[in-house]
Amino acid sequence: MEAIRHSAAVAKREWKAYFHSPVAYIFIIIFLALAGFFTFSVGSFYEAGQADLRIFFFWHPWLYLILVPAVAMRLWAEERRMGTMELLFTLSVTPMQAIAGKMAAAWGFLCLALALTFPIPLTAGWLGNPDWGVVASGYLSSALLAGAYLAVGLFTSALTRNQVISFVLAVVGGLFLILAGYEPVTTLLSQWAPRWLVDGVAAAGFMTHFQAMQRGVLDLRNFVYFASVIGFMLFLTQLVLNNRSGR
Amino acid sequence: MIKVEHLVKRFGLRKAVDDISFEVEKGTVLGFLGPNGAGKTTTIRMMAGYLPATSGRIWVNGIDVNEDPVRAQRQIGYMPENTPLYDEMTAGGFLEFVAEIRGFRGAERSRRVDEVLDSCMLGSVRHQPIETLSKGYRRRTCLAQMLIHDPPVLLLDEPTEGLDPNQKQVVRDMIERMAKDKIIMLSTHVLEEVEAVCSRAMIISEGRLKADGAPAELKKRSASYNVLTVEVLAPAEEAAKVFGAIPDVERVEPVTEAGGKQVLRLIPKDRQSLAVGVIEAAARHKWMVVGMRSDSGRLDEVFRQITTTDDVIRRSA
Repeated sequence: MEAIRHSAAVAKREWKAYFHSPVAYIFIIIFLALAGFFTFSVGSFYEAGQADLRIFFFWHPWLYLILVPAVAMRLWAEERRMGTMELLFTLSVTPMQAIAGKMAAAWGFLCLALALTFPIPLTAGWLGNPDWGVVASGYLSSALLAGAYLAVGLFTSALTRNQVISFVLAVVGGLFLILAGYEPVTTLLSQWAPRWLVDGVAAAGFMTHFQAMQRGVLDLRNFVYFASVIGFMLFLTQLVLNNRSGR
Repeated sequence: MIKVEHLVKRFGLRKAVDDISFEVEKGTVLGFLGPNGAGKTTTIRMMAGYLPATSGRIWVNGIDVNEDPVRAQRQIGYMPENTPLYDEMTAGGFLEFVAEIRGFRGAERSRRVDEVLDSCMLGSVRHQPIETLSKGYRRRTCLAQMLIHDPPVLLLDEPTEGLDPNQKQVVRDMIERMAKDKIIMLSTHVLEEVEAVCSRAMIISEGRLKADGAPAELKKRSASYNVLTVEVLAPAEEAAKVFGAIPDVERVEPVTEAGGKQVLRLIPKDRQSLAVGVIEAAARHKWMVVGMRSDSGRLDEVFRQITTTDDVIRRSA
């Protein structure tokens, strides 16, 4: 009970912190503008003549690659730089509770930005007759993908007091997870790495799972995949925060 | 009550805190003194449950801080060094946040926040973002933060560092007001502060506890303790000779001489009290003593004696 109260208080504070600064507004505007641009201009949504959102979701991994680390980078780096981490962890809040609170606030914020893209499915619905199940599954997978990027960013943010370093590391981490299942990478890897490693790396990638859910396949394995990426990154974050002796 | 036993903290090969033990009773204001880098902050951080100890134990009101930091932290109000605060929040909003974490809700929460805003004189800046506050207000906001749950133990790391004399006085007054039914431990390297507010002082150097006692007791270790300055109406050379013959007097230093009035400094052997011997000697010779002042010792001397010897040894090694 106390744990939930602590996490909720931290989440509320983080949520307000986003909207106290221009970060939230800039992020939402840029995200919506880019999502629209890629869908309608680059992706030729109208010309494709199909009432589905494949083109819209296609760009999400790349949008998140840059934008999610920007949301995540301050979460711990700033606490470290300002010294407020010491304050937080002596108010009887545990690292786990604080991580949960920050994750909830930032993920909630990303989901809000994602929800604000609602005019795009409405457009598709107005023009044609999309499969709403597939649309819902697409949104769900996009939200999970954002959560996975966010967990990576939360981890890299805990590593440093410098937000730029945190950002760059998160982008690299995200890029690795995008490219892990990508054919040129697996081919390159298979030239020297054993088979099990190639398969392992390929299975760790975002894309196969994201694309499967895009098609409307709600396989439990994909949920398990995203949950384990998030869980693992949050676990690493906790390890880093627990070992704060060398501040 | 706080009990610390054989506390050690290592950072790699360096021992930042090296086998410190002490106990503190309720009603004590303990000044934790030492040069920069002596291990003050590290010790306080371990007591506040922020850093785990390498070895040794800390109990706060019977709760082992290493084993159950969360429960111990409910007994503790802690003010970290350099007053870290969430700058984008308002002073009031920040205190609401702390009160929420400390487990207060609804009317009780508002009451607690109002109370500390009031006792820390923050009412006027309640709705101001913390980043716009002056140093004195920031410090008081951080003080307010640790008082919200009215804890029996307060740990303050350099509470008056960087404040002007008026702001320092405000903080000291607050500490004095809270002193009687709490344990207050404050680290500082400002010696006047210890004399002003502390009932007990500990001096640490290179992670080791070097001295522990009431400030007045510690001052007795100072070289100038019981040095007696005498103003006496007497012939110059004779006075120096007579006082120099008192058994406890090490030597006599003339200070001034004017119109038959001598001012002499008498340095005692082993910091003995000299007053009685001097009065008797003067009476025997029918000299009139017009003034006499015995030095009560100086804390900064003791501090330097204790902390620089180590430094010098280390540098020459």
